[in-house]
Amino acid sequence: MANLELTAEKYALLKTFIDENRSETSGLMPVLHKAQDIFGCIPIEVQKFISKELNVSVSEIYGVVTFYSRFSTEPVGDHLIGVCLGTACYVKGAQKILDELQSALKIKPEETTADGKFTLTATRCLGACGLAPVMMIDDEVYGRLTPDMVPDILSKYDKEETK
Amino acid sequence: MQYYRAHVLICGGTGCTSGKSLEIKAELEKQLVTYGIENEVKVVMTGCFGLCEAGPIMVVYPEGTFYAHVQVKDVKKIVEEHLFKGRIVKEKLYYEALDEDKVISVNEVEFYAKQKRIALSNCGVIDPENIDEYLAKDGYQALIKVLTDMKPREVIEEIKKSGLRGRGGAGFPTGLKWEFASNYEDDMKYVCCNADEGDPGAFMDRSILEGTPHSVIEAMTIAGYATGSKKGYIYIRAEYPIAVKRLEIAIKQAKDYGLLGNNILDTKFSFDIEIRLGAGAFVCGEETALIESIEGKRGMPRTKPPFPAEKGIWGKPTLINNVETFANIPAIILKGGEWFGSIGTEKSKGTKVFALGGKIKNTGLVEIPMGTTLREVIYGIGGGIPDNKKFKAVQTGGPSGGCLTAEHLDTPIDYDNLVSIGSMMGSGGMIVMDEDTCMVDIARFFLDFTCEESCGKCTPCREGTKRLKEILDKIVAGNGTIEDLDRLENLAGYIKDNALCNLGQTAPNPVISTLKFFRDEYMAHVVDKKCPTSVCKDLLQYTITDKCIGCGSCAKVCPQGCIEPLGKEINSKTKRRQYVIDQNKCIKCGACLEACPPKVKAIIRK
Ligand SMILES: Cc1cc2nc3c(=O)[nH]c(=O)nc-3n(C[C@H](O)[C@H](O)[C@H](O)COP(=O)(O)O)c2cc1C
Ligand code: FES
Repeated sequence: MANLELTAEKYALLKTFIDENRSETSGLMPVLHKAQDIFGCIPIEVQKFISKELNVSVSEIYGVVTFYSRFSTEPVGDHLIGVCLGTACYVKGAQKILDELQSALKIKPEETTADGKFTLTATRCLGACGLAPVMMIDDEVYGRLTPDMVPDILSKYDKEETK
Repeated sequence: MQYYRAHVLICGGTGCTSGKSLEIKAELEKQLVTYGIENEVKVVMTGCFGLCEAGPIMVVYPEGTFYAHVQVKDVKKIVEEHLFKGRIVKEKLYYEALDEDKVISVNEVEFYAKQKRIALSNCGVIDPENIDEYLAKDGYQALIKVLTDMKPREVIEEIKKSGLRGRGGAGFPTGLKWEFASNYEDDMKYVCCNADEGDPGAFMDRSILEGTPHSVIEAMTIAGYATGSKKGYIYIRAEYPIAVKRLEIAIKQAKDYGLLGNNILDTKFSFDIEIRLGAGAFVCGEETALIESIEGKRGMPRTKPPFPAEKGIWGKPTLINNVETFANIPAIILKGGEWFGSIGTEKSKGTKVFALGGKIKNTGLVEIPMGTTLREVIYGIGGGIPDNKKFKAVQTGGPSGGCLTAEHLDTPIDYDNLVSIGSMMGSGGMIVMDEDTCMVDIARFFLDFTCEESCGKCTPCREGTKRLKEILDKIVAGNGTIEDLDRLENLAGYIKDNALCNLGQTAPNPVISTLKFFRDEYMAHVVDKKCPTSVCKDLLQYTITDKCIGCGSCAKVCPQGCIEPLGKEINSKTKRRQYVIDQNKCIKCGACLEACPPKVKAIIRK
């Protein structure tokens, strides 16, 4: 399981952001984006913290966090793999790429590998349809994929760890 | 001003960046220094060129030499031969950019020659992170004209005259919308740019924001002036980090130049823009859901009326327009509504940007005058279907649209025509499908999407789309019946009539249009239990033919262990037998087919 650290430093970072952006019309979303950035997810402890700071009920925050797919309540792996299942990619065989990743990593979409290294997700259009089928690992876009390219790409990330 | 002998433009759009165009730029700058010509050649990183298929793209001006599929290792040669010695590197040219021995400039290549660029006019031409380049292209001239020369009413009249309709999907007349927003009096009003671009398979808005962010900022400011608003929001998908970054840079630059913020150009007019990030919910592209999201709530649509022009963000009058709609505004102000209205068809004026994708040669962005035929876009600009495959369908309008067939190819594209043949313009995704695409599977794919993205507020959409998808799942699994087709049709009609917002109302469209135009494919699935294109796995059957030499390669890889030598005896001495697949245990993974030696090819899939 990927580790989740809710350190005081991280809370302090979030608090600074909240204080700097406190205004009537700033809304909840920017704070949640920041929290997701800082902690890698927004678990219930963090939701309670935000609730106190912003004076918004936890149930409302929970409702918002679970509504948007970019926010998660559980930690994700070191590397986030997003396979595009947008139309352009789907027509060009994205499902086969996803199948290959599933069997290579032995997890299903929205799951994390046992060693906490990879989280696999199926995403919507990444806006790189010209390169379909496409996947994104962290911020790197890989295009014009075929299933046999998958092991090579994954091994790049494996090596990096043992360096 | 420094004089440069040549300009090298490198595409910094998402497609080319993932093809390492940043490294190409670094290498280029390094090589220019090596050859001592760094003061003679200017390197510019631009927004998307549109022809992503040929990426990474590099264009050298003044002559417009069009290099395609450039790699880091090619850079040295281009610098040495072309920029240093003046000899074009022919083997790296885009295939159409060379006619026998004559080099054809980028603007004359068929893909570009047939387009008309208004919204995209700066994409792939200027450095989006440099406001001076935008200014050099008449940037902010429209804003200056409006603030010094025009009354808000006159601005609205000009937009009305242009006939511009919203590019976000519904095609509502933009001038009219501005007029509504300006007519509501309130102490606070908002202008909002919808950059949520949720249609899977569309990236026009992204490219505009990445290629010419100032156009949108300028247009929003003009809209603020016309409607009497001081504050703008850009609601953009968090999945578009490059676009967000360029917008942030552009906003800052505009403020530094006094083109945004307090007392713009020393007039009394003030306007500020804030960026808000979406968080991965398709429904937030719907304007009222977007407003809820900006206010920090779950993005669920409100009932209309009241429309946002009356009660929008924080209950105040709000003008919402799409990115591409805004991108047309500066040109309309500068060249006049009449000029814009002279382009296009009777009821759809100007141009439209489409994201061409799927089974088509030239994937990428194209901007065409309204009224261009689908054939022209797909075969002319798009270059047709690759690998000599047959065209089957083209999908427009994303999950809300429909699939069109070969008989529709000569329809001129405009809002009303597309609706009348059972699809819609939508935001501009255009996905081409060839003979290998299963239309039932495509319908299921879109339903899968809408099911997941339904916000859950109204029952017809929340439950109805699920039921639709269940029926489609059943059909692709080989368990469908003819009655299921009627059930699909009935349910689709019911959802269309009863859902709360447009997401639900249009969700059944992919099912309705495929049922109408590709009924035979549905029939094949439910009656013959066959998928004509071999896409639906559960309907496939793998069989071993008489060509089997009994090598056993297939049995070794079969994860089910369901292939055994139980067939005909091939060799009476060794007792070698042909292999047979136990159909009841087969999971149709296809491993055997791949394992069968290419010389033998004994396994067939049908
Ligand atoms: C489900 C749904 C999704 C939508 N997604 C978008 C979108 O991603 N971008 C957009 O500009 N408009 C989208 N719209 C349309 C907006 O509601 C609205 O009509 C548009 O932003 C108005 O701008 P326009 O008049 O300039 O087109 C969507 C509508 C619906 C019902
Ligand atoms: S559909 Fe995959 S990037 Fe657009």
